[in-house]
Amino acid sequence: MARSLPKKDVVIIGLGWTGSILAHELTNAGLDVVALERGPWRDAPTDFPPSTMQDELRYRVRHELFLRPDQTTFTFRNKLSQTALPIRSWGAFMPPNGVGGGGVHWNAETWRFLPSDFVLKTHLTQRYGAAFLPKDMTIQDWGVTYDDLEPHYDRFEYLCGTSGTAGNLQGKLQEGGNPFEGARSRPYPTPAQSQPYSHTLFAKAARELGYKPFPQPSGNLSKSYTNPLGVRLGPCTYCGFCEWFGCANYSKASPQTTLLPVLIRKSNFALRDNSEVVRINTDASGKRAKSVTFVDTSGTEWEQPADLVILAAFSVFNVQMLLHSKIGQPYDPVGNTGVVGRNFTHQTISTANGFFDHNKFNFNPFIASGSIGMCIDEFNGDNFDHGPHGFVGGGYVGQVQTGARPIESTLTPPGTPKWGAAWKRAVRDNYLSTVKPGTGVHGSFYAYRDVYLDLDPTYQDRFGRPLMRMTIDLHDNEVKQNRFLTDKFAEVIKAMGAEQVVKQYRTAPYDVTQYQTTHLNGGAIMGTDPKTSVLNRYLQSWDVSNLFVLGASAFPQNAGYNPTGTVAALAFWAAEAIRTRYLKSPGPLVDA
Amino acid sequence: MRRAAGVGVLLLIVGCAARAAEPDPQAFSQIERGRYLAVAGDCVSCHTVPGSGTPFAGGRVIETPFGGIVAPNITPDLETGIGAWSDAEFDAALRKGVRRDGASLYPAMPYNAYTKMSRDDVQDLRAYLATVAPVKKWVTAKSLPFPYNHRSAMHLWNALYFTAGEYKPDPKQSSEWNRGAFLVEGPGHCGACHTPKTSLGGDKRSRYLQGSDIQGWFAPNITNDSRVGLGSWSKEDFVDYMMTGHNRITAATGPMAEAVSLSSSHLTNEDLEAISTYLQTVPGGQGAPQTLPADAPVMRAGAAIYRDQCSACHGLDGRGVTQLFPSVADSSMTRSNDPTTSIRIVLRGARSVATAAEPTAPGMPSYGWQLSDEQVAAVLTYIRNTWGGSAAVVPPRAVTKARLERAGRSD
Repeated sequence: MARSLPKKDVVIIGLGWTGSILAHELTNAGLDVVALERGPWRDAPTDFPPSTMQDELRYRVRHELFLRPDQTTFTFRNKLSQTALPIRSWGAFMPPNGVGGGGVHWNAETWRFLPSDFVLKTHLTQRYGAAFLPKDMTIQDWGVTYDDLEPHYDRFEYLCGTSGTAGNLQGKLQEGGNPFEGARSRPYPTPAQSQPYSHTLFAKAARELGYKPFPQPSGNLSKSYTNPLGVRLGPCTYCGFCEWFGCANYSKASPQTTLLPVLIRKSNFALRDNSEVVRINTDASGKRAKSVTFVDTSGTEWEQPADLVILAAFSVFNVQMLLHSKIGQPYDPVGNTGVVGRNFTHQTISTANGFFDHNKFNFNPFIASGSIGMCIDEFNGDNFDHGPHGFVGGGYVGQVQTGARPIESTLTPPGTPKWGAAWKRAVRDNYLSTVKPGTGVHGSFYAYRDVYLDLDPTYQDRFGRPLMRMTIDLHDNEVKQNRFLTDKFAEVIKAMGAEQVVKQYRTAPYDVTQYQTTHLNGGAIMGTDPKTSVLNRYLQSWDVSNLFVLGASAFPQNAGYNPTGTVAALAFWAAEAIRTRYLKSPGPLVDA
Repeated sequence: MRRAAGVGVLLLIVGCAARAAEPDPQAFSQIERGRYLAVAGDCVSCHTVPGSGTPFAGGRVIETPFGGIVAPNITPDLETGIGAWSDAEFDAALRKGVRRDGASLYPAMPYNAYTKMSRDDVQDLRAYLATVAPVKKWVTAKSLPFPYNHRSAMHLWNALYFTAGEYKPDPKQSSEWNRGAFLVEGPGHCGACHTPKTSLGGDKRSRYLQGSDIQGWFAPNITNDSRVGLGSWSKEDFVDYMMTGHNRITAATGPMAEAVSLSSSHLTNEDLEAISTYLQTVPGGQGAPQTLPADAPVMRAGAAIYRDQCSACHGLDGRGVTQLFPSVADSSMTRSNDPTTSIRIVLRGARSVATAAEPTAPGMPSYGWQLSDEQVAAVLTYIRNTWGGSAAVVPPRAVTKARLERAGRSD
């Protein structure tokens, strides 16, 4: 029997980016807010001090900051006909844990999606006809537009101090920025980061090929910055330890460096860490959430009643929470019924590595930041005519090499022995003169009828709850898209002067052991129709109106960009709807 | 009716005389003045166990070189607090160091500073303290070890170090200067930490505010000396620091973080400016040692360590990031004659204070696990003698000593 705690106005499940944003906004509205976080409290100077953080073995190889799969994991399979097995060591993605969530370990690439991304189905159908799309592709419009979200993108960028060069200011194209981006109401808060040599060389080659390269928008700051909350960030030192690492140089935007210092001073905010929420409890009608149940590290069960529940965990855990709480109809791909778990997506990542003459090129590749890079957007979204190519979607490509940490930066050209003196010599000769962009091709991943999340029939967590089962594979559309993008990317690397270019296409089947990105999306998607979405356009549950579900689980499909900017913009958008509309008249904000 | 009322008044007067004074609970201006003096005096710091949620209820152990002293309950609880004290008893405690039972207080209670307040000031303070929530909490005063367990020994101490008497304004100075001097010498009791002490714990008056050892830190020189004091600070620098805990040069940490958080950040701008005006006239002249040449071996070693370990935040130019990472080039703390605080911060790390105006509270990591005593000494010697600064070499044995002393402290 759970022990009951005093009722709060709001309970937030998960204190990452979206949980912190909602906590800040709703405490500002005068509400009494408690956040429940499965992992530990984390603070920049004490948990990832710059004196110990640059430890590739501890953080990158041994996954220090991430959820331990022995606490909970997912099962995985490619196809409906297969039996899924539990993931016992993270590979393709890295589920976060602890205060700050993925905002601690991200690279801080802070993109906006294209205006056409939000009306994808309508846009592609109008341009190419419905028959152009694969039959089992289940892409949808979002129910919000770029213009709806623009002020909220802006708020997030000014919270973070994002460094970049605007490409489109109020409809006027700007030299040096991304000419394809949606119109911005004002410039980035800080100028773009300086770019290292290989990144600069990529931009030069891209320009010569007729593209318009621009610096990747970065939450690692080019200069010191004070955000609108009065929290200060410092300039990035280009140490090259961003992704998978925390930053205590105060130069990577994270909840710790932008929001938490203000949030924890508020008397109407409380946090319980090491508290794992196991379900959301609804009343007898099933239409209203009344509390959440969580378990502390002693195994004690607690019930936290609240008027409003904000589900702000990592995307896959959001979907799992809905299924365990029996909120919304579970998706069934065979009968094509239900919604929870539907339109699960990831990202289509590949790269091309360039080997240069070490007598002529010294890139000092360890000088970098997580979101350093020069990119081109000619092949993203629908920025080009897909007609001749037979696929839809795309991505940005760029020299976005985020460092040259020693363990994983021992690339050698094809034909080099795998060990011995010749290998050592090749490593030495190539370390400074290899371009290794990591996620150089950052492609979209559209939704399909047979890519989804549901509850595993066999495997359970320590509470006896079924694990989340991922059924995911790459479809021909994405494979074609990736081949096209990787070839285009490799042309630029070649034009930089590489002696050898090694392309690493992304191919089917989807491989869960090889790292791509942590951009798992969908499963609790937003939309305009309760038959095909879990949430309305304000991220409010269609079924339980005092429940809002934040995060990338709301993406109907994934675009060719890193998701965090859009995740955060949606959080500000939902917070505004709660503040200005829901609190005045609690209930559905959109009629079903 | 008139007769009945007269009897009532008489009874009331008799009642007051027999028991405690009962300040007028609606004397708004008096209570407000008292509240402000309590903030300036930071009474709540010593008289509250941090995190207890019972302000002024005492029980916090105050560390002194002679042993721990437990601060008493000063809430208006009649039994365990000061609710039953008369005005005269309260005044005697604050301004003469005399306990209610006639024994002497230990000067951990800074009566030698509070004596600069007027009787009215002290009564205002009392009027305010009468309004805080009474807490029933017995606090047992710990006795210091011999010979300090003899409270009568305090008579000798008082004869040596205590001059009773309220602040006398200097007519040759501005009223701003006099206000600053009153706050520093009186309620603010800055000298309690910042003036060096004799072996008996009395102020070395000739070295007024020139810095002192306190609880494993060195409370820096706050005179107008431009090398080791605040001589290079503008009035704005000073107000920023006291109000927000941060300024373009440095940040408050250690005991001063608490002083900023509980006291100075709640003072008025005018008072902080007055304090600055006064401090900028307090001389603290100390001869500067010769700057070490940059090619001295210890300087070259220090430069290499600085570049590797420190420059990411504090910059190759030593100037850091304003209000975020202190400028070790401009900070007089780094050049203090006594390097205790710098050593401690390098060994153990430090967290700066969070205030409403500067919520970030950046922290410095610990390097004690990573750098040897020689390396800590070298990098500090380098910082102290670069960017135009000069200060004595930090001997490795000072780091060894600080490391040992640190091991015995929770923080």
